[in-house]
Parts: sequence; C-alpha cells; structure tokens
Amino acid sequence: MAARAQPVSPWPGLGAAAIVAALILGTLLAVAWRADAAVRFGGADWAALRFTLLQAVLSSVLSVALAVPVARALARRRFAGRHVLIALLGAPFILPVIVAILGLLTVFGRAGWISAALGAIDLPPLSIYGLHGVVLAHVFFNLPLATRLLLQGWQDVPGERFRMAATLGVDGWAMWRLIEVPMLLRVVPGALAVVFALSLTSFAVALTLGGGPRATTIELAIYQAFRFDFDLGRAAMLSGVQLLLTGIAAWCALKAGQGDGFGAGLDRAVRRWDGTGAGARVLDVLWVGLAALFLLLPLSAIVLAGLGSLGGLPGVVWQAVLVSLGVSVASTALVLLLAVPMAATVALGRGRAVEMAGILGLAASPLVIGTGLFIMVYRVADPAVLALPVTALVNALMALPFALRILVPQAREVVARYGRLGLSLDMAGGPFLRHVLLPRMRAQIGFAAGLAAALSMGDLGVIALFADPDTATLPLQVYRLMGAYRMDDAAGAALLLLILSMGAFWALDRGGRWNAEA
Amino acid sequence: MKHLVFAAGILSVAGAVAADTPELTVYTYDSFVADWGPGPQVEAAFEAQCGCDLRLVGVEDGAALLARVRLEGARSDADIVLGLDTNLIAAARATGLFAEHRVEAEFDLPVSWSDPVFVPYDWGYFAFVHNADLVAPANFRALADSDTRIVIQDPRSSTPGLGLLLWVKAAYGDDASGIWEGLADNIVTVTKGWSEAYGLFLEGEADMVLSYTTSPAYHLIAEGDASRAAAAFEEGHYMQIEVAARLAASDHPELADRFLAFMVSDAFQSIIPTTNWMYPAVIPRSGLPDGFETLVTPEKALLFTPDEAAAVREGALDEWLRGLSQ
Repeated sequence: MAARAQPVSPWPGLGAAAIVAALILGTLLAVAWRADAAVRFGGADWAALRFTLLQAVLSSVLSVALAVPVARALARRRFAGRHVLIALLGAPFILPVIVAILGLLTVFGRAGWISAALGAIDLPPLSIYGLHGVVLAHVFFNLPLATRLLLQGWQDVPGERFRMAATLGVDGWAMWRLIEVPMLLRVVPGALAVVFALSLTSFAVALTLGGGPRATTIELAIYQAFRFDFDLGRAAMLSGVQLLLTGIAAWCALKAGQGDGFGAGLDRAVRRWDGTGAGARVLDVLWVGLAALFLLLPLSAIVLAGLGSLGGLPGVVWQAVLVSLGVSVASTALVLLLAVPMAATVALGRGRAVEMAGILGLAASPLVIGTGLFIMVYRVADPAVLALPVTALVNALMALPFALRILVPQAREVVARYGRLGLSLDMAGGPFLRHVLLPRMRAQIGFAAGLAAALSMGDLGVIALFADPDTATLPLQVYRLMGAYRMDDAAGAALLLLILSMGAFWALDRGGRWNAEA
Repeated sequence: MKHLVFAAGILSVAGAVAADTPELTVYTYDSFVADWGPGPQVEAAFEAQCGCDLRLVGVEDGAALLARVRLEGARSDADIVLGLDTNLIAAARATGLFAEHRVEAEFDLPVSWSDPVFVPYDWGYFAFVHNADLVAPANFRALADSDTRIVIQDPRSSTPGLGLLLWVKAAYGDDASGIWEGLADNIVTVTKGWSEAYGLFLEGEADMVLSYTTSPAYHLIAEGDASRAAAAFEEGHYMQIEVAARLAASDHPELADRFLAFMVSDAFQSIIPTTNWMYPAVIPRSGLPDGFETLVTPEKALLFTPDEAAAVREGALDEWLRGLSQ
C-alpha cells in the first residue's frame, strides 16, 4: 500500500474488520470442522433458496421504496410528535420475533382488528398467511429501519444546500432531481443491502406468516440440519450459502453507492423552504400518516396486551431486566469500538472489504455462530460463565452493520473535507480524531449507539447452547413465560422490553444530537 | 450495570470453587429450570438428602440438549441428561455416551417400559386443544372434512411438531400422506415452536392447537379457567415419554444413580404434574392433583419404539412436506 499521509490511521479499522470476519468465518469453519460427511445441495435446498431470495428481494425493495416518501416527508416537515415518531421507528425492529408476530396478528390476523371491522360490514376476514404475509411482516420490521437510514441521508445534506436551493427558487421536482435523487443514489443501495440481509435470515416470521412448509427458508433448513438430522456439515454449508448471497448483495450495493456527496457545510440547523404547495403537503401528511398507522397499530396491540400485567410481573423478570441492561451496555461499547475505527478506515477510501465484513454479521445464521462459538470455547471454559459475554459479542456483531451504515457516510464527508486541512495543520492521528472527526460525527455516533443498545436488548437466539439458568436475558424470559402458558406475564415482560429498548435508544440518540436541529 | 453483571458472574464462580461437597451436573431443557418449572423444587428436595450440590443446566429443548451433549462428547461436565424423549433415544443411544442405569420401578405408563439406559420421569399425550364450547372432530378424517382451523408446529424445529408427524404415521401408516393432503386446508399455519402456536390459538387465529391432553389442567388449576378442553381422537393419541440417563463419563456415577432413583421416587414425581404439566411416570402415593381427573384419557396409546421412530421419521417428513406444499 502506498504510504500516503492520512489524517487517521487505517489500521485500527482494518484490525476491527479482521476480528469481525474471523469471528463469522471462524465459527462457520468450526461447525464445518465437526461435520462427519460430505454434503450436497439438494432439490429441497433449491426450493428453499428460491423462496428465500424471492421474499428477501420483495421485502427489501418494498421496504426501501416505501421508506423514500416517508423519509422525505419526515425530512421536510416539522410537526408535534415528530421526534417521538422517529424514535418509535426503531421499535418494531427490536421486538422479539414472537411478540411482533402476535402484535401483527392482533391487527391483521383472522381474528384481528381489521378482520373484525370487515366482519362488521359483512366482508370476509383478512387472510394474512402466504407470501404477502411474510412480506408484510418484513416491511413492518424493516420499513422503519429503512426510513431512519434514509432520513439520515437527508440530514447529512448540509443546510446551506437547502438555503441555496431556496434562494434559487428550487422546489418540488427540481429539488428532487438536484439534491434528493443524488443523495438517495448514495444511500438507497446500502439500505437495500441491509434489509435484504435481514430478510434473508428470517425463519420464524417467514414460516408462521408464510402459512406452512412452502415458506421454507434457508435458515429453517439450517435449523433442520442442526436439530432434526444433527448434520453439522449441512448446517455450515447452508450458512455459507447465506453469507455468499449477502456478500454478493453487499458488494453490489457498495459498488452502486459510490460517488461524491454534497460537500461540507457550516453545520447550521437545516431549514427547509420547499414543499409548501398544497399537493406536497397533502402527500406528505398521507405518507407519514399511513406509515405511522401501519407501525403504531401493532405496537399499540403489544402495549395493550402487556399493560395489565406490567405491575405484577414476577421477580425473575426484573432480574432479567438488569441482565439485559448489562448486556446492552457491553454490546453498545463493543459496537462503537468496532464501528468507529471501521468507519474511519472506509472513509479513507480503503474500505470495501471492511464494509463487507460489517454486513456479514447480518447474514450469519445465529444458530451457526452460536454453535461455532460453543465448539471453540467449551474445551477451555465453562459455557455458562460465558453466556453473557457471548450474548453481548454476538449482539454487537448483529448491530455492527447498522452502525456502519449510519457512520460511514458522515465519516467519508468529514475526512474528504477536513482531512487535508488537518494534515496541513499537522494534526493527524489523535488530535484529528478528538477535535474533528468525533465531534463532527456525534449525532451519528449517538444514533448508532442508540440503535445498538436497543437491538442488544431485543436480540436472542445464539445462546441456546450457552445456557445459564441464573442469568436469563429479558427476551429469553419472555420465551420462558410463554413456554409455561403464562402468556399474560409474557406480554407484560415484552412491553417492558419495548420500553427499555426505546428508552435506551431515545437517551443515546438524543445525547448525540443535543445541539443539533430542533 | 455492567459491573453488577460481572460481579454476579465472579461471585457465582467463586461460590462453585468454595464448595467441597460433590457437585452433580444435570443437563435439562430450559423450561425445566425456570422459576415456575420443576427445577427449583427438585433441586431443594434432592439436596436435602444427597449431601451434594445439584447443578441444573438448562439448554433450550430436548433436541438442543442432545446436540450439546454430542458436541461435548465424553468431555462433558454433565453427569445426567434429563429431558430427551422417545424420538431422540435412538440417536442418543447411538452416541455411546450413555451408561446403563440401576433403577427399578413400577412405572405407571400406558405402555410397558424396559430400557436398560433411559429412565422415564414423565409422559403425556399429544392432543388438539380447543375452547370448551367447540364441538371438536373425533378423528383426523373428520378434522380434514370439517372446516375446523388448526395451528400446528413444524416437525423440523419443534418437539410437538415431530410428535404430530409420528402420530399421523402411527395411526395411518401408508395412508398418512392422504391425511396430510386432507388437512392442508385446515392448517392456518405452521409455527417454529409450541409457544408461537399456543399464542396464536389464544389470539383466536385458530380453533384448535396441537398441544397436550394436560394443557387444560394448567388453565384449570393455575388460572381457575375451565374453558379449554382437549379433543379425544378415536385413532388413539401419540405419546411423549420424557427420559433421563447417566453419562458413561460421569465423575460421580454413584451419585448419578442415586439421582435417577430419586427421580422415580415420590419426592420428585409429586412435583411434576403442576410444574411440568405432564403425567408422572410413577404416580405418587398422594395421587394426581385435583383437576387432573377432568382430563381426557385416550382409549389407545400410540407410540413408536425408538428404533421405529428413527426409521420412519425421514419418510414421514417427506409425506408431510409434500402434503402441505401443494
């Protein structure tokens, strides 16, 4: 590599990416290592692959396409409750899958609110089960996330550009063509890749709302290989297929998302003068209203279900709250330690591989990561003692891709605009980091930390083998309550989880942008 | 908070080191060790008589439990594995990791039991649970012909799901594919595990859910709610028998044997019905708890032997997939 002078060193980021890649590929190899026989990709696997790809493509395209008008409306409108709405956008994503499914079904199910309303006017109930149900659920999970990622793109456009646009009388179509489309071309591919990767590894949602074994995804095939056949080779091979697909998608997205940004501004609060026409207003209200309804109805179903038992939850649930908070703090710290250096390295223009490493975390099968880690550690340590560190670590890997999508564009912008100035002032390295890069990325770091904290409280699934009965996390406790017929307590605990996650997200996200636009 | 968690971890390690009483490690499924499961009471009762420390380690469910033991092999810390069922016994036996037991007991099972390695501790019948006001179909054919909507679990990811697969196979043999084709339009959806399916049923998404004949006992005894019932099917009901076994590489073989003997004694068996919501393998002197007499008792118990179950499940799964994928 050429030893061109850089404002920050690329090595910490490369090191972080290497650790991430080693963990994901290492666990895969550890599982494959224990395989007894050669494996092949059979007819049923092709069927699973076809369904997986179909639903993942539909889910990601629809989620991101719908997110564009919603984010656009949120970017140019200011209204009471806007911040609450934006914070709530993080909510569906962090719910335990089973809770989200039950929330969706309370609204869209055969006995749900909409079916009841249809029944009242003598129409047949909704049928949510099928490919459309799978896509609906994935849009419920991912539309908010995509909206937040795109909204970040809008907010990264310097206020001066909008000021200039207003001076020149740029509005509507011209604004869309001159500022918004170029911005979207840079942000949309990354958002697509993230949602695609998430939908790719879906299993419980796809199966339950898909209505049966037609909706078999690769992740389910991995589960089958592990449980039904105990065929570790197959599990590793299928997980490899998932990684490969995500790798291809991520590579295409990163390739497509290249290009220069809008340059630096003076960090003035963004004000918008465009979109004042009646048509634009109505359209924006419509989009925000529909999106809010679509998200808030199932969420309110979850809140209503849990409210009654929130007060009388058993003590173990509160104990689980402490455990989950601890895991969440550790995960968030890990995410930032990995993501900030990685974002800086990407910003230096050396980062395709680094960004790829970041996205792989989403595509790795939790079951395979968990099993791989177990195979690696059980010889040297008691898995029960490692249950929480492993949970924190894997949660961090899962949150990393989001953190990168949030941090990279801004890091790129800062390095591009201030890097040479920093070098000329001889403030490369630590001083540049302290005085330029980190302060200018505070909002993004806050958002990334908030999302990571919220995600880490919600996540579950890898520690099945690392069980430690005394330190169950809150999501695990929700499942335990449900498994013991205690659906009401489970609903209460799920609501608690929702409140905690939203609280963590809110606090960190606000902390990062306390002096930014109101 | 982080410090709290770390401190808790360090304290628990320190506690384990300080103890010089022998420690018996039992791997079991997660719901066994939950606060409201049998675990806490079983631990207290056994520790009162063994002069040892009983360590219960909960792993997701039976299939994950066996997977963990297979991964650990002879190096496993476990002395006992508790929570496999007859469908997992053949695979468990084939690992060669388990040793023969010395338990002698008069089991109160609907089938005779004489396995040299695996000791049953509870059992139940799979059944479709419904609201008491529903007139439930009396067999699978009637169910297939009716417009009763059911929710079931996927046999590839769930123990009850596999139970239903074998139930239909045991009752109908070569006609099983026809039954599945007939049931396809009754099945609202297939879920990953029992909790999802039961949750969907309680939400009103289906008229019946695959569960156990003992499920109504939970609602009756724990919630005072008599509104759920299990449908009796004329073909007979497939059974789940849950078993435990000692690992051959156990460091405390005698203590492990004592635990297995304790497991079929009154002290353990009387805990089972209202914590694990299954029938005890040996009915305790005090009998079954009030409320259990209201449950359906199938006229015929269906069960494949472990070897039969291992032999038919692959083909039965293909029939299930084909029948439901059309």
